[in-house]
Amino acid sequence: MEKKDIAKGYEAYTESFTPKPPYLKNCLWAFFVGGSLCMLAYFVQGLLMGGGMKEDDAQTLVTVGVIMIAQLLTALGPFDTFAKKAGAGLIVPISGFANSMVAPAMEYKKEGLVLGAGAKLFTVAGPVLVCGITASVIVGVIYWLTGM
Amino acid sequence: MAEKKVGKQTVRFEKGTYVAGGAAVVGRKEGEGPLSASFDLLLKDDRYEEKTWEKAESKMLKEAMYLALKNADKKKQDVDLVLSGDLLNQIMSSSFMARDLQLPFLGLYGACSTMTESLLLGAMLTEGGFAKNVLIGASSHFCTAERQFRMPVEHGNQRPPSAQWTATAAGSMVLTEQRCPVRIDCGTIGKVIDAGIKDANRMGSAMAPAAVDTILNHFADTGRSFADYDLVLTGDLGYIGKAIAADLLVDAGMDPQLVKERYDDCGTMLYDRERQDVHGGGSGCGCSAAVFSAHILKRMEAGELSRVLLLSTGAMLSTISPLQGESIPGIAHGVVLEVC
Repeated sequence: MEKKDIAKGYEAYTESFTPKPPYLKNCLWAFFVGGSLCMLAYFVQGLLMGGGMKEDDAQTLVTVGVIMIAQLLTALGPFDTFAKKAGAGLIVPISGFANSMVAPAMEYKKEGLVLGAGAKLFTVAGPVLVCGITASVIVGVIYWLTGM
Repeated sequence: MAEKKVGKQTVRFEKGTYVAGGAAVVGRKEGEGPLSASFDLLLKDDRYEEKTWEKAESKMLKEAMYLALKNADKKKQDVDLVLSGDLLNQIMSSSFMARDLQLPFLGLYGACSTMTESLLLGAMLTEGGFAKNVLIGASSHFCTAERQFRMPVEHGNQRPPSAQWTATAAGSMVLTEQRCPVRIDCGTIGKVIDAGIKDANRMGSAMAPAAVDTILNHFADTGRSFADYDLVLTGDLGYIGKAIAADLLVDAGMDPQLVKERYDDCGTMLYDRERQDVHGGGSGCGCSAAVFSAHILKRMEAGELSRVLLLSTGAMLSTISPLQGESIPGIAHGVVLEVC
């Protein structure tokens, strides 16, 4: 029997012993948590605009606010505990990105500011930036070509 | 003429090699688990007053060794050789412990199988007349393992239900040629077995075949079975790996009742499944090292267990092998301890 077949067979066998994450429940919960977080941010934005702020400024301030709160919670410790319960709803919005920058900064600070924190700051967020920037470039080129 | 070799993979210790004593130092979560009373030192803070997690782990291993010497009623000067290992790159924890200990040192890497690997090799060196007293040990730390193999500790990533928790623990034993209540009877050197599991979050599934392979070869080499042991104990297969191993053993012809009564796994013993959120169970070199060196040894010395087969189980992946598409190979080394 080929090694690949044995591997496939064994993997299928172990599936029966391996508990599955409750995918539907997790998705619904992520939708609820993430949605609530964004609704709250939107509400705060509305308050700021009601107080006279311009829409652009209010949006920027709210985004910065969410980032700062996520950074603070990561640095103080409870962010990963909240994230365990909240799931993707906390990680997918910009709060997750903030955590993915602060967590390596804290971890690798022990190896120095330059070669530790500095070099490894983007270990988690790096792929997000690469994909995001690449996608933007492609979309930009398509936009430019269709505009011609 | 290899007269101490038995069968294909087993070695027998006839001259007389004993375990003079053992000790374990564990972290906070482990100290809150069901075996806490058996451990010699429970840390309130996994930082152990050190600047880095790595320094803390090294200090835990060193302290476990000092406590093992104390329990064995031996002095550091009595030790001819130190054998130890851990999960970190370049076995950082052991290397820096050895720097502090200033004794002849042989570092080992067997991933989570290091404890029985060091037991086996230490016993072979004592049996062969190369050392009178050998100090062995292994350690792991949740934070050092996370930052090396997975994500920074404060990152909010999710662990699936099958993921195991690397134990913050260190265990050590003193092996000696002087007669003691617990002797090392024989040992079976494991082969690397790869069943093709690629997901590092399913470590138990990946390692179970290696454990079963070593157990079956041990029985074939020695002519023994489950009936000859009070306990057959794997290191860190966890809840899932343990269930798979038990199923595979029964499928291979082992008595289901004996497997149910006498087979267990340290990864399922170290934590309380209901109270402590560890998903798939405990893992890490320190898991089996701490349980074997403290809980099991104490039970043997108290006469509750007379012959046990201990198998630390290791996953021989590296930090890059899964990224390169490799599956996770496993290995398990077996050592038989017996009350004489």
